[in-house]
Amino acid sequence: MATHATHTLVGERMSDADAPNFLDLEGEHHPEGSTMLGFWIYLMSDCLIFAVLFATYAVLGRSYAAGPSPKDLFDLPIVAVNTSMLLFSSITYGFAMLAMEKDDLSKTQLWLAVTGLFGAAFVGLELWEFSHLIHEGATPQRSGFLSAFFTLVGTHGLHVTFGLIWLVTLMVQTRWKGLIPENKRRLMCLSMFWHFLDVIWIGVFTFVYLMGVLQ
Amino acid sequence: MFANTDLQHLLLGRLTLEDIPFHEPILQVTFAGVAIGGIAVLAAITYFRFWGPLWRDWLTSVDHKKIGIMYVVLALVMLLRGFADALLMRSQQAIAFGANEGYLPPHHYDQIFTAHGVIMIFFVAMPFVTGLMNYVVPLQIGARDVAFPFLNNFSFWMTVSGAVTIMISLFVGEFARTGWLAYPPLSGADMSPGVGVDYYIWGLQIAGIGTTLSGINLVATIVKMRAPGMSMMKLPIFTWTSLCTNVLIVAAFPILGAVLVLLTLDRYVGTHFFTNDLGGNPMMYFNLIWIWGHPEVYILILPAFGVFSEVTSAFCGKRLFGYTSMVYATVVITILSYLVWLHHFFTMGSGASVNSFFGITTMIISIPTGAKIFNWLFTMYRGRIRFDVPMLWTVSFMVTFVIGGMTGVLLAVPPADFVLHNSLFLIAHFHNVIIGGVLFGMFAGVNYWFPKAFGFRLDEFWGKVSFWFWTIGFYVAFMPLYVLGLMGVTRRAQHFDDPSLQPWFVVAAIGAGLIALGIGAMIVQFAVSIKNREKLRDVTGDPWQGRTLEWATSSPPPDYNFAFTPVVHGLDAWWEMKARGFQRPISGYKPIHMPKNTATGVILGAISIAFSFAMIWYIWWLAALAFVATLVVAIGHTFNYNRDFYIPADTVARTEQRRTEALAARV
Repeated sequence: MATHATHTLVGERMSDADAPNFLDLEGEHHPEGSTMLGFWIYLMSDCLIFAVLFATYAVLGRSYAAGPSPKDLFDLPIVAVNTSMLLFSSITYGFAMLAMEKDDLSKTQLWLAVTGLFGAAFVGLELWEFSHLIHEGATPQRSGFLSAFFTLVGTHGLHVTFGLIWLVTLMVQTRWKGLIPENKRRLMCLSMFWHFLDVIWIGVFTFVYLMGVLQ
Repeated sequence: MFANTDLQHLLLGRLTLEDIPFHEPILQVTFAGVAIGGIAVLAAITYFRFWGPLWRDWLTSVDHKKIGIMYVVLALVMLLRGFADALLMRSQQAIAFGANEGYLPPHHYDQIFTAHGVIMIFFVAMPFVTGLMNYVVPLQIGARDVAFPFLNNFSFWMTVSGAVTIMISLFVGEFARTGWLAYPPLSGADMSPGVGVDYYIWGLQIAGIGTTLSGINLVATIVKMRAPGMSMMKLPIFTWTSLCTNVLIVAAFPILGAVLVLLTLDRYVGTHFFTNDLGGNPMMYFNLIWIWGHPEVYILILPAFGVFSEVTSAFCGKRLFGYTSMVYATVVITILSYLVWLHHFFTMGSGASVNSFFGITTMIISIPTGAKIFNWLFTMYRGRIRFDVPMLWTVSFMVTFVIGGMTGVLLAVPPADFVLHNSLFLIAHFHNVIIGGVLFGMFAGVNYWFPKAFGFRLDEFWGKVSFWFWTIGFYVAFMPLYVLGLMGVTRRAQHFDDPSLQPWFVVAAIGAGLIALGIGAMIVQFAVSIKNREKLRDVTGDPWQGRTLEWATSSPPPDYNFAFTPVVHGLDAWWEMKARGFQRPISGYKPIHMPKNTATGVILGAISIAFSFAMIWYIWWLAALAFVATLVVAIGHTFNYNRDFYIPADTVARTEQRRTEALAARV
């Protein structure tokens, strides 16, 4: 064991015929590809933000303060349409990634555009739902439940909006530079982000809307 | 100011001339001091024609070493501010008895203790820890930079922006009067309508984003960029503790951000998360903030444990005793740190079962921590201990931290906590572990790695002076607070009625004075060392007979850290290289791939100061503008695909040749 040689004093170098290579002289070691791991860790940190908002909703979700409850407010058919918009957008993003793997730029762009439209429809419907609620007097200021509801759902909506801006940016960049490795990496990151938002939405749909109306 | 108040409202929000505290003499003197100091620094930079190099080589640098140094400079500067607050508090409490109201009115005193806590945790301890990790971790794992060099620069500037935002509150408006965690409903819009809590929210929010991103960066760096052969159980122990700390950062800081957003909504939008009416629940804030807050204290202490481990084995000339148990102890502490948060508010009334659970988990943390203490002791046992300054700090830490740990276990007993909650006993406890643990660790780290960063040692005499003043000063300042706490004196009081308490406070104030001398000696230490740098020069790159890879390269290391990536075969990689007759190659260099500097981080940092200032003062047009500007600059940055370059092999050869000559000249 090499480490047993620790009693040798510094400077008094003993020559060691079996000494292994201590340097990578070929310069081969050049680690790349931390981006996916880094982005994944970022998504987990984002997941914790949603965890806080879900926990807050769990605590305040029944604090109606004599105001409206989920049963009075939620319109499940519209939420179902909304949910399917987002789920479809995840599928079409998957098609975009398949096209990217085949280096088919125009098809990638096409599927990205379809994804963007589904995403925009989702955000549009959500905004419509919000304005409808506010119009009925169910504002975020009305009760703890509504504060938690608007914040949880709104944070998700903000993420989707940010994803849309990112999507448009990447469409411009792929058009400009083509499907070069940097752009592929970026599309992969957005893909993870987009599917992540889908997963979060399934949580929102289940715990906020479905269970809200069922109770 | 404006004839038309509507226009003024539109342009400046709620900011008026009255918000500049002209009537506060203490603040006027402070402002004059800061202004004169600032002008002197700017003049010196201009006189030495340092603007160009400052911008090119430092502010826009993506080099982890320079960013690390800048973090530590930020921490030291903010330490002066935070400590000034401490002196104000100690002197106020030493005189404000009976008829004497002291010199700080309650509204001012409350801002000072809030600012002291916020600054010491977020802008002294955090940048100190992040700075050391940034500097040392890539070197210890044989990497050329962190995984995301630009992100690193951006994180640093977000931390600076947060610090600047908090500092602005000193001279424009006011700071929070709520204590360092801004508990609602006191921090809500009804009880704190002013800008103080808003300064708090936005300063921390911005700095928190930077901290989270830097955590992600360092986790990815340690997981992905280790030198070939460096398996996880061959990681230097400081890198291990850094890994655990950064995992904690990633898993804790988003919670802080989310909680601050909820408080922001309560204050700005009128929601009911933490209000007393319409379904809000203030205790939810306590839970959430401490789910961040308790891991936070381990975020601070774990890297300090890492420093002590490195220092102990280096200065005892021995391999660290119980490396494996040290790693597992660190991991266990990491996990347990999430299971204890409720001990910060046993008095909430969550019942005996819940309190027992959290009391027991809290006590269990002392087991891995105790294991660490024994590992250090056994490393010292029969070692050839050299009492250089880093080792002095380490020994002082071991004694001090054990005392602080034991008072912590005492507080973990719920019935005892009901008596001691919010008392000065608690204040003494956490200063005991944060000063005796985190700060002593950072000072040990600075003394230990300074020669690596700058190529010369710190002056030993002044280092020892500083050490003794700090250590003695700490005990004189905080032991009386334990006594006062046991007598039932509560924290955050601006005035006392019982004159029998006064002697204890006077002693504590004397202790703070001793610590002030310790800080002064530290400044002298830096000045003397810079003046005598030729005498203190170390050309070997390995002044302490180190064991880990950072000592394998020159001091200061070249931009690319290592001309050739090291290959690791065991623990203490550099020690093994030395022991087995490693010879430095002097030819065969290859071009080295490096990231380019960028100004985007500085620009985004400046914009976020404008954004938070605008949000604090309700200057909506500026907030909107700054928000759009952030998006434009951030997206614009992604259109720059030209982010890296190669250092030509000749340049590497020339740099390494200089080192070869320096090493030859030494003998």
